[in-house]
Amino acid sequence: MDKFVTLNKQDLNDFIVKLSRSQPVMAPVARGCKSFVFESVDSAKAIALHYIPTILPPKKYFFPQRETLLTYNKTTPAWDPVLESRKMAIFGVHTCDLAGIQCLNMVMSASPQDNNYNARKEGITIIGLECNNYCDEYASCNVMDNHLPNGGYDLFFTELPDAFMVHVNSNAGERIVNDIGFFSAATPKHTQQLEEMRARKREIFKPEVKAGHKQLRGIFAGAFDSRQWDRIGERCVACGNCTNVCPTCYCFDVRDEINLDFNTGTRGRVWDSCQNEEFAQVAGGENFRKQRGQRQRHRYMRKFNYPVERFSRYFCTGCGRCSRACMAKINLKETIDALAEEKR
Amino acid sequence: MKPEHGKESAYITQPGTIRNTRQMTRLEKYFEITLPRQRDLGHEPGQFVMVSVPGVGEAPISISSSPTKKGCFELVVRKVGAVSTALHALDSGDKVGIRGPFGKGFPTAILEGNDLLFIAGGLGIVPLRSLINFVIDNRKDFGKVTILLGCKTPQDMLFNEEVHQWWKRLDVSCSCTVDRSDPDWKGNVGLITGLIPGVSLDAERTFAVVVGPPIMYKFVILELLKKDIPERQILLSLERHMKCGVGKCGHCQIGEYYCCQDGPVFSYDRIRGKHEAL
Repeated sequence: MDKFVTLNKQDLNDFIVKLSRSQPVMAPVARGCKSFVFESVDSAKAIALHYIPTILPPKKYFFPQRETLLTYNKTTPAWDPVLESRKMAIFGVHTCDLAGIQCLNMVMSASPQDNNYNARKEGITIIGLECNNYCDEYASCNVMDNHLPNGGYDLFFTELPDAFMVHVNSNAGERIVNDIGFFSAATPKHTQQLEEMRARKREIFKPEVKAGHKQLRGIFAGAFDSRQWDRIGERCVACGNCTNVCPTCYCFDVRDEINLDFNTGTRGRVWDSCQNEEFAQVAGGENFRKQRGQRQRHRYMRKFNYPVERFSRYFCTGCGRCSRACMAKINLKETIDALAEEKR
Repeated sequence: MKPEHGKESAYITQPGTIRNTRQMTRLEKYFEITLPRQRDLGHEPGQFVMVSVPGVGEAPISISSSPTKKGCFELVVRKVGAVSTALHALDSGDKVGIRGPFGKGFPTAILEGNDLLFIAGGLGIVPLRSLINFVIDNRKDFGKVTILLGCKTPQDMLFNEEVHQWWKRLDVSCSCTVDRSDPDWKGNVGLITGLIPGVSLDAERTFAVVVGPPIMYKFVILELLKKDIPERQILLSLERHMKCGVGKCGHCQIGEYYCCQDGPVFSYDRIRGKHEAL
């Protein structure tokens, strides 16, 4: 039996204030020009409850742009592994980003496990927040089946007229409800309001592209030789924005840095992008994806084709960030439409 | 709550001591490395290790020695990037970091009892040598053994003395070819593909094990298929620049495969027609 509680809207601030005293709380904050970021908050006043996907997804807390893997000492010599983690709660995670975290969890817990990621994950409590309406025209969360909650959170908030309906989905979530307080049992009125809101969503959220969820894999698996990749490649500037902002991109480079004593230092990993020219280049100079079109094709295949084989799910969440962030206006929905059209 | 995965990092690196080195050609240097307490690396032929030079970085390097060699393992490094250049500056007694071994090597249990056709182009001899020596050390477990080696010029030949030993053996057939000859060269001249039609083999029980540059694979595979060797009996080792070795960093991805975990050894039927593989 699902467990629901409610939080009165006027109690949200007290809840966030008290929660932030027990652990750092990250939440979406407005930065102007339709830009939002996840950052530390200590009250609900700073939080943008109605926001479009943040510039960077919450993956930055699970898999930071730069993190230390080990420290070394040249003279010993010794390499000491480092596992960093930090206790925190992320409030206000949309369903698309919950799906992104689920994808990363699958990758990093596949054997051999990535315990640098797992150590951070252990410290993070996730509080989701439902989108009652579309964020903007770039989203394709309906066709990716991520417009409704599919798990992946400890607590999940849905905004109703006078309160938040809160789904309690884990022991960690239940502890917050009990320890922080302010919550009441859900009444039949709230349950009915939730059902009405979901019914409205079914009217609003429709497939955003000219292909159904199940058809996407076939469209991409058959599209290796499509002309679309040349067209996209001609526009692409290989900046890597699309992969940096993607909630399911996790490629990285490993780099050594040396301290000023020229003896000790750290080895860290930094986000890398398959859109960079050298990404698939090997020592002899051979480059398996020299053209920008090939690299864009690779990015799309890693969302709609390869992971279905490996993890039985799409690695596109429909958040629309790649299209929003693209300087050359390469648009995911348009790409899918063009490929679907070609296949007909 | 204690996490089940424990605190094991995927990046645990142990110190290896360089026991011996040899400059093999202008660009290739040989290293013999021991682990603490002469512990065996525990690899299978065809696997690779991540080698660290502190302050410079880490690079994937093929293991060149057979697991039948105990107490140490061997690498051959071509000087091409930052880590390999730093490795070339090291000598006996110096330390490097070792992580691994990683990847799926040659399936020795499946190869047992079958005839083997080894084909190496250029640096391909480095990883293939781990299997050739494994087979020679367990010679009675395998059928007919044929070795075809090719490189650009006689000066680029690696492991000359060892190749000569293979050539002298009665239970191994060994031929070499170079693209451009010199007056002292006594072997064949021409591409390695030219040696394949002359090999007499029983296609049903022959495994062809091929290691070389991508361009060589394309033409060698065509010749092997002409000989009716089944696709699943053609084994290739693919080169990619792995950064993590544990199937995460994305650099070595070939379609749905991670070369560092699912490879580097693949049978041809698994990669035939796959984009960006060869």
